[in-house]
Amino acid sequence: MSTPTSSTNPLLRAWYDKETRSVIVQIIAAALIISFFSYILNNAVMNMAKLGKDIDFGFLWQNASYDINQHLIEYSSKSSHFEAMIVGLINTLLIAVAGIILATVLGFMLGVMRLSNNWLTQKIAYVYIEYVRNVPVLLHILLLHGLIVNALPRPKGSYNFSDTFFLNNRGFQMPGPEFQSLFWVVGAFIVGGLAFSWWFSRHAQKVQDATGKTYPVGLISIAAIVLLPLIVYFGLGSPIEWEVPTLKGFNFKGGMVVRPEFIALWLALSFYTAAFIGEIVRAGIVAINHGQTEAAQALGISNSQVLKLVIIPQALRVIIPPLTSQYLNLAKNSSLAIAIGYMDIVATIGGISLNQTGREMECMLIVMGIYLAISLLISSGMNWYNNRMQLVER
Amino acid sequence: MTKETYAPGTHPSLPPPNNTVGIVHWLKANLFSSVSNSIVTLVSIYLLYLALPSAINWLFIDATYVGETRKDCAPDGACLAFIGERFNLFVYGFYPAELRWRVNLAALLLVLAGAAILWDKIPARKHLLKFALVYPFVGAWLLSGGLGLEPVSTHLFGGLMLTFTIGVTGIVFSLPLGILLALGRQSNLPIIKYFCIGFIEFIRGVPLITLLFVASTMLSYFLPPGTTFDLLIRVLIMVTLFASAYMAEVIRGGLQALPKGQLEAAESLGLNYSQAVRFIILPQALKISIPGIVNTFIGLYKDSTLVIVIGLLDPLGIGRASVADSAWLGLSTEVYLFVAVFFFISCFGMARYSLYLENKLNTGHKR
Repeated sequence: MSTPTSSTNPLLRAWYDKETRSVIVQIIAAALIISFFSYILNNAVMNMAKLGKDIDFGFLWQNASYDINQHLIEYSSKSSHFEAMIVGLINTLLIAVAGIILATVLGFMLGVMRLSNNWLTQKIAYVYIEYVRNVPVLLHILLLHGLIVNALPRPKGSYNFSDTFFLNNRGFQMPGPEFQSLFWVVGAFIVGGLAFSWWFSRHAQKVQDATGKTYPVGLISIAAIVLLPLIVYFGLGSPIEWEVPTLKGFNFKGGMVVRPEFIALWLALSFYTAAFIGEIVRAGIVAINHGQTEAAQALGISNSQVLKLVIIPQALRVIIPPLTSQYLNLAKNSSLAIAIGYMDIVATIGGISLNQTGREMECMLIVMGIYLAISLLISSGMNWYNNRMQLVER
Repeated sequence: MTKETYAPGTHPSLPPPNNTVGIVHWLKANLFSSVSNSIVTLVSIYLLYLALPSAINWLFIDATYVGETRKDCAPDGACLAFIGERFNLFVYGFYPAELRWRVNLAALLLVLAGAAILWDKIPARKHLLKFALVYPFVGAWLLSGGLGLEPVSTHLFGGLMLTFTIGVTGIVFSLPLGILLALGRQSNLPIIKYFCIGFIEFIRGVPLITLLFVASTMLSYFLPPGTTFDLLIRVLIMVTLFASAYMAEVIRGGLQALPKGQLEAAESLGLNYSQAVRFIILPQALKISIPGIVNTFIGLYKDSTLVIVIGLLDPLGIGRASVADSAWLGLSTEVYLFVAVFFFISCFGMARYSLYLENKLNTGHKR
């Protein structure tokens, strides 16, 4: 009870004083927290001493002696645990980035479909979203993986797309590029095109701010980034040789292969996250007052401009914060890779390396540290974007 | 435009107005209102035509429902015979057959306790709510035994029963913990505030699967030497902590949505902090955050499938094991779809209930 008392007991008086009380409460809390942590750390030290273990990251430089079936950098069973970790990290990042891109595209499509005037598309999107988001993502991953492995034909009976692309239960085979010596010219043109379109869009904005004159920025940028390098590419006589996969014995040789684990994980994570993004996009668009559209129309600008200049910038403000957490979820859900044997960071350093070396503490510290870093990276990137889109108020 | 005039009573009948009811009008308005709309409709119908009939054929018409092994199934239909063969496994896991009445009883009591919490028109709700408070302990006692019941080791837990065990425990304990964390994060006592922030952000930054690995391999390091405790309990603790961090953020959203005047008004009435929180702040904040809270519950419930990675057998784990069974090889689609149906029903049900609750508690601040 907070009835003021004129108690003469100094302890009681201190308790009734708000400032003093908050200090006391905090001291107690700090003491509890510190003693808890020192207790468990003490236990850990005692337990590890009993088992003759210590904390030592030296094992990272030892020979890993296991294979990783998908590696984007040089890796063999003679490489070290550290290299295995890097390969796993790259695989995690690959799935996260690919998943985020596909999930965003699908999610925006679903969001627009949900708001469509067309009854049928609206219902299709509704049924899709409700089914996908009410079923665990791990189940989607296992289901898709099972479908790919069991329902797709063996390499001999692959689905054949004009003898260059093959789809079978070993994955998706496609031609692998072999870069010839002149390819750097095309690369240089692509980089140049990117730089030019960046400069050009800023320039066009300046001109428009000053004079009101507009340029077709999108078209010119596409021409600079895609068209010109294409012309150069064919002008140089196609400096990429494509190595086409061919069926030898029971499997395909040559070319590149996207493994079934990657396809299953990528599609499952994207489909799952897209359902959530679809609802977020819908909510974002619905949140924009209809008066905004009417006001924009009253200004006489075209329908596509209404969308581009008035609705979408405002909807993005509502959409971005929840979208960030969906991206974070996707990145973290990629750790479920271990259920189907995709070699991500959890499966390499947190799985096989851990079991081989018996260094649970170090391996889990590394894995958790990496995920924390990825989470921080994504959320700070999205915060930066959010701040740029934020309403500038006086 | 010419203007015609008519003498009174000589105006010819106008054509009837356009139809605004009936199936033809509905089709026109919703499917064929414009050229692009019609194209979209036709494309959608074509895609449905490609997908639906073959799927229905496979799943229902050509399917086999009774049989003992894969060989009894028709080759190009779904093989659903495994459901009958393994139904008990999917529900009870490896729980001893002669003790399954305890699981059934626990489930029945769960329905009773759940109904008391979820449905406010149930007769004798007051007493049932008191029962719901003690239910988690009654349920745990019934399932794991002790105190006069034959003890059952938790590694025999599995199937639906395991999902419900994890789900109910997580839901029951993560809500109060989440409320405390959210209040701590809003507190103006820096030590408590930063401890809560650190805890919440750490848990939200790492995947649940790594926490489960910690629970299964490393937790014993942090306990006094020589103590071991049950894997299921370690998992339950981790799942609860994980869900409570997310819960805390949802509730923080609700707390932040309240104007500061609410707390000030409560204080000016002479309420102390705990009274203000209990009678003024939380009822409003929780009401605002109901959709988020239910979403977190659904997420927790779905995340309970992750325990298969550390070797517990929930329905998905049982499904995965039966896919590898030589008598039922190559069945993965049927098995996973069967498990998906179960999760869909329960999660969709929760989502619908949350909508109903939102409407009921929406006491008319909206215009």
